[in-house]
Amino acid sequence: MTLFPARQRRPEADLPPVIVGAGPAGVRAAETLVAHGLAPVVIDEAPRAGGQIYRRPPEGLARGAQELYGTEAGRAQAVHAAFDALQGRIDHHPDTLVWNAQPDLLDVLHAPSRTLGSLPWRDLIVATGATDRVLPFPGWTLPGVYTLGGAQVALKAQGCAIGDAVVLAGTGPLLYLVAYQYVRAGARVAAVLDTSPALARWKAAPGMLAQPAVAAKGLHLVAWLHWRGIPMHHGVRLLRVEGAQAVERLAWRDSGGHERRTACTAVGIGHALRPETQLADLLGCEFGFSALQRCHVPRVDAARRSSVAGVYLAGDGAGILGADAAEASGELAAWSLLEDRGLAANPQRTAQLRRRLARIERFRHALETAFPFPQDWAAQAPADLVVCRCEDVTAGTLRETAARTGARELNRLKALCRVGMGRCQGRMCGAAAAEILADAQGVPLAQVGRLRAQAPIKPLPLDARVAQGGDE
Amino acid sequence: MNARAPKFTSGQLLRLKALERPVVDFVLDGQPAQALAGDTVLTAVATQARQLRVNEFSGQPRAGFCLMGACQDCWVALADGRRLRACQTPIEAGMHVLTRPAEEDRG
Repeated sequence: MTLFPARQRRPEADLPPVIVGAGPAGVRAAETLVAHGLAPVVIDEAPRAGGQIYRRPPEGLARGAQELYGTEAGRAQAVHAAFDALQGRIDHHPDTLVWNAQPDLLDVLHAPSRTLGSLPWRDLIVATGATDRVLPFPGWTLPGVYTLGGAQVALKAQGCAIGDAVVLAGTGPLLYLVAYQYVRAGARVAAVLDTSPALARWKAAPGMLAQPAVAAKGLHLVAWLHWRGIPMHHGVRLLRVEGAQAVERLAWRDSGGHERRTACTAVGIGHALRPETQLADLLGCEFGFSALQRCHVPRVDAARRSSVAGVYLAGDGAGILGADAAEASGELAAWSLLEDRGLAANPQRTAQLRRRLARIERFRHALETAFPFPQDWAAQAPADLVVCRCEDVTAGTLRETAARTGARELNRLKALCRVGMGRCQGRMCGAAAAEILADAQGVPLAQVGRLRAQAPIKPLPLDARVAQGGDE
Repeated sequence: MNARAPKFTSGQLLRLKALERPVVDFVLDGQPAQALAGDTVLTAVATQARQLRVNEFSGQPRAGFCLMGACQDCWVALADGRRLRACQTPIEAGMHVLTRPAEEDRG
């Protein structure tokens, strides 16, 4: 099925299901639908399936799976093989961004040809994944500062380290995974700086038993880094990235309170992940606040149905649970779609998937204990800290605007001082802005709300043209 | 068919792997430059420079951030007027990439 010119429609009855996203969740959803005779449309922004965690390099940069994915090689290969086996049985649209979602149409951009089109839909599985959650600190906009996810993409997809002397900073399991991948690839990691206290990991140990294999992998990574003599520190406060035109040094305070400086040419930062919820928002899905994730996420029932009929949500785009959970929730969403169409049901399998997800959810709580969100981040953010890197809006401006206007809601704050109004639509600054607003006004984080998505969810090139022709 | 290794002087990104690829000739701020086939525009530029663009509000240099099409901090202009997200666009032979504002940037 070709992309239709904008606003053309087909009768509902013969519409195949549509899956947005070809990461682990989208792939398992597609696989499940195909196994029951459907031919889903799979729309993916990337040129190749795999999402971010199992991102495949362009042809010509292919390296062994072990080298690319390390401890995740087995899972990555399984997901890639599953997708490759679907060729000819799905309608795959790579390099295609869904920039708007309407009740019966998805608006898309095929990036390489700069062509706009529309796709009618009746059942939709949204599997749009996640990005790093960013807690800014002074100097973070300097050339050479990247997210941990970005540092991983540079290595996996482009064979590059983000610099010739890299500091990795923040907290979360990804911090150690990236450090491990970098050192193994021959990059120079000058330091791993974890904002979580050293004891946090031990406090979390009992909860980690919900997923012993995953926990063991984590311990192995850290032990290996120790063995390689990589400087690692806990209880760190990140003070400043310094440099004239690009990263030259990172200033930080150690757990003993001493200020230190580490020479480097790149910094990778991240404090866990945040879901990409823009399409769910545009589709009208109800959201709820997750205290664990410190953000609003679209509501899903245990079977991955959203509040909107025909819309199913899978993977990290509906709330961060990790890659293994994404595979399970992708499959579960597909089962719900099949049930709702009256095509198939497998209560035993779906119960098994739900149990797996419940176990993983328990583990996520343990992860938060091991790598806690730095609760004092907002209060200690200096006034001259740039929070919104698109529009250059500082913490001081956010606080001053809130105080002067009484604004207690994020969209209002955005309208008044432009935070989140830039091209990234608050992906990079939304979490930080919410924390600062809640702290400034002395209200719970849940109460300041979330930045509402607007179409196009990413900027479109001005010279994009509407597709001509298509099936009549 | 191969690579005379491109000269990388004061770049941001460091090439570690997959170095044996065909060279792609392009133009960077009016000067001839080389990248490797499969590089994104961001990689092509950032392996030999520490700036991709200038932020229109702060006037400060930027060199990308998320590398996955989310942060929108890698939009660059080509000399022919096209604008693109450098981290998601493959480098093509003959592309003329501009990293310094030639005229007022209208975002």
